[in-house]
Amino acid sequence: MVVNCETVWREISNYLDGEIDPILRAAVEEHVRGCKHCTAVLEGTRNVVQLYGDDRMLEVPLGFGHRLHQRLEDNMHPTRRGFFGWMVAAAAAVLVAGSFEVARSASPRRSGLRTAHAQPGRHVPPDMMVLVYLDGKTFHAAGCPYILDKANVKTIAAKEAEQEGYVPCVRCMKKYLSESAALGSALLPTRS
Amino acid sequence: MPEALRSQDEPGQERDEAALIRRIRDGEHNLFYDLIRPYERRVYSATLAILRNQADAEDSAQEAMLKAFRHIRQFRAEARFSTWLIQIAVNEARMRRRKEHAELIEPIAARRDEEGNYTPRDFADWREIPSEALERKEIREKLAEALASLGEIYREVFMLRDMQHLSIEETALALGISVASVKTRLLRARLMLRDLLAPGLGGAWNSTMPLGKGTKPW
Repeated sequence: MVVNCETVWREISNYLDGEIDPILRAAVEEHVRGCKHCTAVLEGTRNVVQLYGDDRMLEVPLGFGHRLHQRLEDNMHPTRRGFFGWMVAAAAAVLVAGSFEVARSASPRRSGLRTAHAQPGRHVPPDMMVLVYLDGKTFHAAGCPYILDKANVKTIAAKEAEQEGYVPCVRCMKKYLSESAALGSALLPTRS
Repeated sequence: MPEALRSQDEPGQERDEAALIRRIRDGEHNLFYDLIRPYERRVYSATLAILRNQADAEDSAQEAMLKAFRHIRQFRAEARFSTWLIQIAVNEARMRRRKEHAELIEPIAARRDEEGNYTPRDFADWREIPSEALERKEIREKLAEALASLGEIYREVFMLRDMQHLSIEETALALGISVASVKTRLLRARLMLRDLLAPGLGGAWNSTMPLGKGTKPW
């Protein structure tokens, strides 16, 4: 069997891969032995396959494996991450709530008062009868000069007034106020 | 063939891989890292051959690995896991390339050449490039440049067959083409690369490397 250059070129891949009929293989080898061009083509192609088949040609960017691992981790355990996130959020909420509670307990108690600015009284005799406006914020001793609309006041026990959020009048109930409230009351007039 | 790849064909290695896959399917998800570790470079090179951009190739490779994990139950033992994985990587990279409309020009030119015969250039001074030359980064880069300059249909086949060492049949399966097409494209790719790598005759290296006529960079 005799083959020409074109046939050799067409069969070079099969020849290098060992996927060629033995008779054709022998014919190709016979041709290559006497053809400088085909020898160069065969050797050059073999060289190409050898070079590109080297492991060193399969380079990956620096950090490729780490980034891949990280991405897989992020996607393989979404529930774990979600649970962790919820735990962090819950812990943060507890901390925030706790800090508010600590701040609140560290300052005079204001909750339930009708005014955020007034101070609760101290040692007010619970059974002492005081006067309040229904829509007012403070309770007064009888005869207080700040009771202007006497027709709309009602008389209740001091204990009851405090339970409803009323605070002592800074004028007539001054002796029952805390020191800081009393000091402030010296400068600020109050309205019922 | 590199030692690492050859060992995967050994029966013991295959059994280990099958066992790993079974355990992953049973819920030991962390074992997936062990399963894919030997193929990281191959998956990346597959996506790089198609996309020719490192950032896109890395992202596609990661996506491919994720898809493999999500669909591990669909893997059938008829094919090697590596082939299945490469197939996913090829599809992922192709999908990304389609999104970027990069295929509009190249495949037309590439397919037109496939029909005719290819005449290799006649180099009087061809000398073998020794493997030791691959130690030099610039040599590896020049080889990569030459490969990147090939038409996509040749690049894909060459990469899978000659760089990833898939068989002709596995290459055909991964690319979704016939065995005959693989052989035709592989022959063309090898001959074109051989021409591109020969300096002094208008090869890809000639325009970018300060070489005298007939000299080689190794």
